[in-house]
Amino acid sequence: MLVLEKNALSEEIESLVNQFGKERSALLQILQAIQRKHKHISDFAQQEVARMMEIHPVEVNSVVSFYSFLCTQPKGRNIVRLCQTISCDMAGKEKVEETVQRELGIKFGQTTKDKRITLEFTNCLGMCDQGPAMLVNEKVYTKLDPETAINILNEIK
Amino acid sequence: MELEKIKKKMRSGPVLFSEYKLGEGVKKALQLGRENILFELKDSGLKGRGGAGFPTATKWMLSGASLSDKKFIVCNADEGEPGTFKDRVLLLEYPELVFEGMIIGGYTIGAKEGILYLRGEYEYILKSLEDFLEMLRKDKLLGNNILGNENFSFNITIRLGSGAYVCGEETALIESLEGYRGEPRNRPPYPVNTGYLGHPTVVNNVETLASVPHIILKGGEWFKKHGTDKSTGSKLFSVSGDCDKPGVYELPWGTSIAELLKVVEAKNTKAVQVGGASGICLPKSQFNRVLGYEDAATGGSIIVFNESRNMLKVLKNFMEFFVEESCGQCTPCRIGNIKLLEAIEKIENNDFTFSYINNLKELGRTMQLASKCGLGQSSPNSFISILENFKDEIFGLNGKGKNNG
Amino acid sequence: MVKRENERIPVSQQAHVVDKPKDLTNIGGTVSVQINEKKITVPLGTTILEACQLNQIHIPTLCHHPDLCIAGVCRVCVVEVEKMRTLQTACSFPIMSPIKIKTSTEMVRKARRHIIDLLLSEHYGECYSCFRNGNCELQNLAKEYGVDNYTFGHVQSPRYEVDNSSAAVVRDMNKCVLCKRCVRTCIDFQEVGVLEAIDRGHDTHVGTFLDKPLADVVCINCGQCINRCPTAALRANDPSDEIWTAIDDPKKHVVIQTAPSPRAAIGEEFGQEPGKSFTGELNTALRRIGFDRVFDTNFTADLTIMEEGTELLTRLKKALVDKDQSVKLPQFTSCSPGWVKYIEHFYPEYLDYLSTAKSPQQMFGALIKTFYAKEENIDPADIVTVALMPCAAKKFECNRPEMYDSGFKDVDYGLTTREMAKMIREAGIYLPEMPKSQFDDPFGDASGAGLIFGATGGVMEAALRTAYELITGREVPFENLIIEPCRGFEGVKQASVKLENCVEQYKFLEGVELKFVVAHGTANAKIVMEMLKNGELNDVHFVEVMACPGGCLGGGGQPIPTSAEIRKKRAEAIYEEEATLPIRKSHENTHVTYLYEKFLTDGPCGKLSHKLLHTHYVKRGKYIS
Repeated sequence: MLVLEKNALSEEIESLVNQFGKERSALLQILQAIQRKHKHISDFAQQEVARMMEIHPVEVNSVVSFYSFLCTQPKGRNIVRLCQTISCDMAGKEKVEETVQRELGIKFGQTTKDKRITLEFTNCLGMCDQGPAMLVNEKVYTKLDPETAINILNEIK
Repeated sequence: MELEKIKKKMRSGPVLFSEYKLGEGVKKALQLGRENILFELKDSGLKGRGGAGFPTATKWMLSGASLSDKKFIVCNADEGEPGTFKDRVLLLEYPELVFEGMIIGGYTIGAKEGILYLRGEYEYILKSLEDFLEMLRKDKLLGNNILGNENFSFNITIRLGSGAYVCGEETALIESLEGYRGEPRNRPPYPVNTGYLGHPTVVNNVETLASVPHIILKGGEWFKKHGTDKSTGSKLFSVSGDCDKPGVYELPWGTSIAELLKVVEAKNTKAVQVGGASGICLPKSQFNRVLGYEDAATGGSIIVFNESRNMLKVLKNFMEFFVEESCGQCTPCRIGNIKLLEAIEKIENNDFTFSYINNLKELGRTMQLASKCGLGQSSPNSFISILENFKDEIFGLNGKGKNNG
Repeated sequence: MVKRENERIPVSQQAHVVDKPKDLTNIGGTVSVQINEKKITVPLGTTILEACQLNQIHIPTLCHHPDLCIAGVCRVCVVEVEKMRTLQTACSFPIMSPIKIKTSTEMVRKARRHIIDLLLSEHYGECYSCFRNGNCELQNLAKEYGVDNYTFGHVQSPRYEVDNSSAAVVRDMNKCVLCKRCVRTCIDFQEVGVLEAIDRGHDTHVGTFLDKPLADVVCINCGQCINRCPTAALRANDPSDEIWTAIDDPKKHVVIQTAPSPRAAIGEEFGQEPGKSFTGELNTALRRIGFDRVFDTNFTADLTIMEEGTELLTRLKKALVDKDQSVKLPQFTSCSPGWVKYIEHFYPEYLDYLSTAKSPQQMFGALIKTFYAKEENIDPADIVTVALMPCAAKKFECNRPEMYDSGFKDVDYGLTTREMAKMIREAGIYLPEMPKSQFDDPFGDASGAGLIFGATGGVMEAALRTAYELITGREVPFENLIIEPCRGFEGVKQASVKLENCVEQYKFLEGVELKFVVAHGTANAKIVMEMLKNGELNDVHFVEVMACPGGCLGGGGQPIPTSAEIRKKRAEAIYEEEATLPIRKSHENTHVTYLYEKFLTDGPCGKLSHKLLHTHYVKRGKYIS
């Protein structure tokens, strides 16, 4: 990472810490904000958060690794999370899964070469009555079939 | 996402989906005063709708009795149980009920702050909820001196989860709010004494809170006319799976599974999973059982399986869920669930002995008794009930490759 | 006890913030409970485990440790509490009402057995190829519950790579039972913060920041995690094979120096009660093993006092007489390599406050390969120096690149008390039955002042005995030379002595109130460093810090188990032995005097001693790259 990038990130984290507070209870909110913007929380970002909140880096790492929506490695610009839980599974998740994989040329858990999309599975999205469902970033799409899923993925930048 | 369309969808039901006008619950509550609120609540017999079924009035009384000058009321909107989506509907379509329930709760226990913990998966609801809170503030239903009452100020903030089912457990939720891993705490002490940041905290399910304004408005007597003696009122059921009309239904407690199946137009039903992945799986012979704390208890998740489904596959899906979602701190849950999952794989591969399966059922019993929180205590439920109730299918037909759900 | 600013509720203690008044008798808060058939009365808030222990009812535990806050995660201690739907963990359940408890029902026994079986199923390896064989809490549980087969299978291949990147601590997570004692030790107890639970569910493991090798993170090598690990997931980096090779090599002249704390604890490795020193027996055992010379580290402890004391007096003079603003006071001790690395990582801007004097171990190493080699006419290249230490960090210290001042690696191997005991057993020796013998010359004499280095406050006490006498010409004004304010286990101790009627050379100290602070355990060191930052130590002159709780006697290389009670007994053993010694002040050690006359001829802090006995430190910082 370039020094300039590092400085910018530090400043950004500092303003987040100012916004949410230095108390431990602000940690998850700060991490969520970093994740939202950068699609991951880098080792540098984790250490900066730790430094500013006066906790140990490993504590930040521990929290990041606990929550499925936080990650330490860079991901694509868009994170697509297909629900793998029972109702969506029964409603045809597997077909959507296969088509999407074939179309994007990657497996679930991987990111497209152009960093456009990361495919992931997720557990119950609370859309069981309208499955299969998937999240594209924070937006939810329901009643998917292979065709609609591909259309949605093709539209995202 | 057709948010607006969903919002306008008309619903009706005996309690939660009955007529309600914004602000009336809070207005009435402030007139009644704390004692009378607790009386009505106790009279109503309202129990926690998240699944555990702890009497709400008792929870409020315990934290109300605490002398602490700082208390919290937390709305548990970390709806993660597979097959549950009623909170989504309440938050999208009936946010006034949820927030007013929180305000009334805050007034009753003496809390000035309310927190709604919204699961990360529902981030798309966040904006409309924030907007709604803003409206409540404008209407003086939230903020300083609510409805002109000098002694009551209350604020609500919304915090997001980040994808962890276990945070639906109330102490894990508190840990998460405090910025830690969502690992459940030892209990006692209970959150009503030592909760968020060490302060007395009431954690209630979305649906529980949403019931409160109705009870305050129409009385505990009215509420308990619905349902059964031990399960008063109505319940929102999230129905999914093999039926023609999946969705959220408000039905009185005491409805039988057969009746429910009729309502949702399920055909050729083989099995019903009551209570989500952590619930129990009932075969046809038990469809006469009634939904309620005294019989088939549930947080509202009903998953319907028709004759074409492979129950072992269903079970595997559940166990994979628990292996991923266990917080991993206590032994029975962290290792127990993987053992149960491995057993399913062994059954799939026809590489098992019945004595080993029996050992694992015993292990499931230990997990129910010795796990630290509700997750581990309930994760073996489906394992035990599916292997018991569908043993003919699983052990008889296994390997024939006929049932691919 | 100094109150910590912004005190943080430790992660793992959060679950146990019970409103529990300190003195329960004052409020008359007792409650009667029934445990099995027995009715007893206990103070409100007593845990079920505590109540059982008070009444000789055995409850198995694994994640519980008396030094640490409650976790309640292993679930081995479950019991039945009447009217409760599930089993409850005895370690975490505070008794607040008259409950009925059953500790050995079928349900309880079955659950415990299942939990043990589950842990065993994921515990990689076999007992006979494990260094904790015979001293493993998981093994004990398996024995207690009659485990005779792997009910739920047994892992056949390792899941994690063994991390032996650190010179001091080896982590083998394949043997981890996730009791998180190490996490609680590292984060709460020592406040170093290297280890935490990483990932979730079945993937949960104890890890470092981004699972980096231990050598690359801010580990201070204190080894306290090893002392609290119930299994062999954490162990010290054991050099005993190399030492055997050296001993077996006739060309090598293998010498060993022994620190005071191992002597007061090694008996525990041979089944002896804590609190008995085996100094003389150990000397004999070491010779029988094949060490060519057995030296007493206390000798260089005395030397440390001379060097560090002189350094302090020089700093004081510069500050008080020359009004030199750049002089850093208070001066901090530098004998504890864990503490040194702690300050290098966490307070690198304060490194100048550290005494430049090496630790006794390293001073000894440098002297052995110079002075001793010359006196005995041995080629230093043929000398192998072993240091028997209560410490894991000493292994790191002797490998520091700064520690080659003799022209060779000053100390070749740091050996822990546990590893020494293993070597003694391997040699077929039963230590407690050994005849006693003395240390070897030319370092035969050591004062009691050197001996008490092993306990927290010991360096301070030793330094004061010498400094006060050098400055005033009189003995310290404490009965029997026992400087009570330096003793005891309070986390941070503060005291002072007034300097009056000083001798001519130190007239500039006339009337000065010599103030000192003693801290042990890095959590307390942190308090002291924050005090320093806040200017609260401006009038303090000397600070002793030991990285380990209780000082060296509670070191990371000491026998397992450890507890406050055991540490207290080891301290008693050290103080008892000290009281019987003829020489109890470092400056009266005639061998030290001889060394300054014959070898370090330009005196303490002179040119040669600066080359051999002093060092410099590295600004490490916290950033992990």
